[in-house]
Amino acid sequence: MSAFNAIGADQEVDTDAFTPGVEPRATWCPGCGDFAVLKTLKQAMVERGKNPDEVLLVTGIGCSGKLSSYFESYGFHSIHGRSLPVARAATLANPDLEVVAAGGDGDGYGIGGNHFTHTARENHDMTYIVFNNEIFGLTKGQTSPTSPKGHKSKTQPSGSAKNPIRPLEWGLNAGATYIARTAAVNPRQATEILVEAMDHDGFAHVDFLTQCPTWNKDAKQYVPYIDVQDSEDFEFDVHDRDDAAQMMREADTRLHEGEILTGRFFVEEGRPSYSEEKRQTGQMPDEPIVEQYFDENAEWKPSSDLLDRHR
Amino acid sequence: MTENELIWRLAGGSGDGIDSTSQNFAKVLMRSGLHVFTHRHYPSRIRGGHTYAEIRSKATPVRSRGDGYNFLLALGDSFARSPDEEAYYGNEEVKPLVENLDDLRDGGIIVYDEGLIDIDDVDSVLETSLEALAAEHDWHVYPLDLRDIATEHGREVMRNTAGVGATAALISLDLDPIEALMSDSMSGDALEANLTILQAAYDQVRDEHEIDHDVVLPEGTHEEAPVLLSGSHGVAYGALDAGCRFISGYPMTPWTEVFTILSQHLPEYGGVSEQVEDEIAAAGMAIGASHAGVKAMSGSSGGGFALMSELLGTAEMTETPVVFVEAMRGGPSTGMPTKPEQGDLDHVLYSSQGDSNRIVFAPGTIEECYEQTRRAFELAYEYQLPAIVVIDQKLSGEYRTVPDSVFTESAPDPDPGTVLTEEEIEDAAHHASGSYLRFQYDADDGVVPRTLPGQKGGRFLTTGNEHNPAGHISEDPENRRRQVDRRRAKQEAIRETLDETGTHQTRYGTEDARYGILVWGSQQSTVFEAVDRLNETDDSVSALGVSEMMPFPESDVADFLESVEEAVVVEMNSGGQFRGLVQRELGAYGDRLYSLLKYDGNPFEPAEVVDGVRAVITDDPSVAPPTTRLEPTKATNSR
Ligand SMILES: Cc1ncc(C[n+]2csc(CCOP(=O)(O)OP(=O)(O)O)c2C)c(N)n1
Ligand code: SF4
Ligand SMILES: [Mg+2]
Repeated sequence: MSAFNAIGADQEVDTDAFTPGVEPRATWCPGCGDFAVLKTLKQAMVERGKNPDEVLLVTGIGCSGKLSSYFESYGFHSIHGRSLPVARAATLANPDLEVVAAGGDGDGYGIGGNHFTHTARENHDMTYIVFNNEIFGLTKGQTSPTSPKGHKSKTQPSGSAKNPIRPLEWGLNAGATYIARTAAVNPRQATEILVEAMDHDGFAHVDFLTQCPTWNKDAKQYVPYIDVQDSEDFEFDVHDRDDAAQMMREADTRLHEGEILTGRFFVEEGRPSYSEEKRQTGQMPDEPIVEQYFDENAEWKPSSDLLDRHR
Repeated sequence: MTENELIWRLAGGSGDGIDSTSQNFAKVLMRSGLHVFTHRHYPSRIRGGHTYAEIRSKATPVRSRGDGYNFLLALGDSFARSPDEEAYYGNEEVKPLVENLDDLRDGGIIVYDEGLIDIDDVDSVLETSLEALAAEHDWHVYPLDLRDIATEHGREVMRNTAGVGATAALISLDLDPIEALMSDSMSGDALEANLTILQAAYDQVRDEHEIDHDVVLPEGTHEEAPVLLSGSHGVAYGALDAGCRFISGYPMTPWTEVFTILSQHLPEYGGVSEQVEDEIAAAGMAIGASHAGVKAMSGSSGGGFALMSELLGTAEMTETPVVFVEAMRGGPSTGMPTKPEQGDLDHVLYSSQGDSNRIVFAPGTIEECYEQTRRAFELAYEYQLPAIVVIDQKLSGEYRTVPDSVFTESAPDPDPGTVLTEEEIEDAAHHASGSYLRFQYDADDGVVPRTLPGQKGGRFLTTGNEHNPAGHISEDPENRRRQVDRRRAKQEAIRETLDETGTHQTRYGTEDARYGILVWGSQQSTVFEAVDRLNETDDSVSALGVSEMMPFPESDVADFLESVEEAVVVEMNSGGQFRGLVQRELGAYGDRLYSLLKYDGNPFEPAEVVDGVRAVITDDPSVAPPTTRLEPTKATNSR
């Protein structure tokens, strides 16, 4: 018998179940794109039949990191850039959990970029939502890794001399197996994408465009957006790595020109998740590791079994 | 005066198989009934650079190096050879012989490979003749062409086997246990060749040399079944028996040893090991695994541990139990990667922003590595905070015989600590909205039981920000005070638990001694050895080995200092960090404390401690060893 009976529990929930009693109302600035992530994440959870006790939401630091304060579930609001190590270890400890990590573009593509590369590479079965507002929101509007070249801010008074990061291709090269971009202005598409991302058995990377009306004075609202799956202008096979790479390049280039291409950019089915790989190669037990601690019949092999080699 | 002992030093190039040969030989000595202790001298490079391993063996337990040694097997440095030419770089190949003569005791044995070491080169480097030195010191020199024996029956790299065969012949050691061990680790042609070489070298010594020395193999039997292993094994096995089933890490010397042992065995124990992109990820993953309910560990050496500091504080703030190992090496920065130092005490105690709230243990022996790692897990998971086990390159790589009962005495303890079951969650305090009040103020010893993701009705938020009883961010002053006070209360509770259930300080030496030695971590055994020698002449010295660095064992240390007139704090760093801790925690006794410091990359030898302490006793700083620094002098201290 499992010690974790919230997992897979047959329970009717609605979006209110994911609204915390302590901080029911989010305090982001009016018009902030972050509200859309909160709303669509709740909706996606309901559509997937999840209950708050089987979800672990790990966040970073930034306006985006406050997501866990406004979302009812097991939550770990970690530190700047480090949500992914915490989250991915939880998928190894208890693979049956619904693990979602989330944070800003500075958090995920800047300070935590090394973890992004390696978590995608390992293809952990989890979902990673990057609130991409092309700015450091919480710290009051500094240039971020996704800010366009020439972006001026108090710390880049003459305009950034750097090309922005191209997150979609980065995710692809690193090894993510589901990559999508959505935008706060299209909650219907965003919900669909989040459902797919969580359904996906592997590392799902969702670059979520979230406008920051307070600090991104160009007041990007990420409209008009185009869904690459719906548009007749784009023909590409989302399962084909080369097609996907080209489409991503196009999307990131046009983003900087003010044209918003959203949708699924890459989906790889069939590649085993990291936990599966480890199980198949005998590096991880079939049962969730954590269950042993609550199983009265579990056998705890002593270290003295190893002593023969020292005699 | 002294008990018969064999201290065998094997010297050669870094690629000459010093490690494996010496470890096997140590095992042979153990199997023939002796206690052994190995010391490994490391140069930093993988190849090139001379190195040696030393094995001290006698009939009674050995806890440290001796002073000097009595048997040198000088292989010569075969890797000093230029790959393109037959020539050697300068006189490098003779250095494993000439550089080891200083410590060779009078009456000792020298075996050298004359196939590689040219005696004329030796004499020219020595600027005198080996023969003359040997006469002066009554050394017994046995030149043997080990290279020739090895190449005749096998390959040149098997010179070390020839050296072992010669050693056996010279000390009347039976070849059987050596052959048995070789058969365990080799097979086929390699085994055949090695066995032949072993016998050939043995026979050659017996046939061609007249044995005229006094060094003989001690005789002994073990009262308890022994095992030969290192401090790294102690830590790793302690973790296994504490129910640790997750380790994450990034290689760094010397932490890599613990990481390697656990990585090799965790899967067969139902756990997982992760080598990840950096130490930040390693620390974050151990925290994540533990948050999800698995007993977890990570660790590193100085530089990597520095990268973990922000997450260490996160574990304190989120009250996530986790155990970190810090295997110190010479610092700062990359420092001296393969040399031991005790320079990271302040680092492990205070690193990370804010007041620190953690457990820090510094075991002094292999047995203590095992026990204190288990204890670290037990306390970390009971009190929900990080625990650090700090060792160093000396302890981590030092092999010694210990009774196997150390590891068999108590069964594994997988208790996950203060965690609620789903049934208990039903009765626990919840917010009206249904989330668990994970950080409520009222808590015994400051500890509110945890719930784990996936448990029904247990959901809560935790955060590295200050938070209210529900785990939500709060900067309310009243809440802040109460949360800080609650978390801090754990320190006192842990101190009480330790005092009640047994502390980890070790007292050694005379009961009512006039002089004391305070020591922490890996230098403990060396100091105890020195205490024996000091007390041979005047029975006036006692030592306290301290392992509990945080929470600090105030009464143990204060009682000890009360009992002596003066005390020398022995540690391997230049800043006297432990002495600083003692004074900071006790706020007294400054006028009776001296520091004996060593920071040249080599651990203390017992004689250095003896001389350093004598310098204090006799008030004669000139007898303190030049390799150490003694401060303050008595004159400045009494001022
Ligand atoms: C190690 C560390 N460095 C810097 C900070 C300060 N800081 C907090 S959030 C942030 C950047 C926020 O930008 P982003 O990640 O894009 O999140 P947003 O606020 O835009 O959602 C910075 C620099 C910190 N908390 N920790
Ligand atoms: S500063 Fe920007 S990102 Fe932050 S809450 Fe306000 S609008 Fe949103
Ligand atoms: Mg941002």
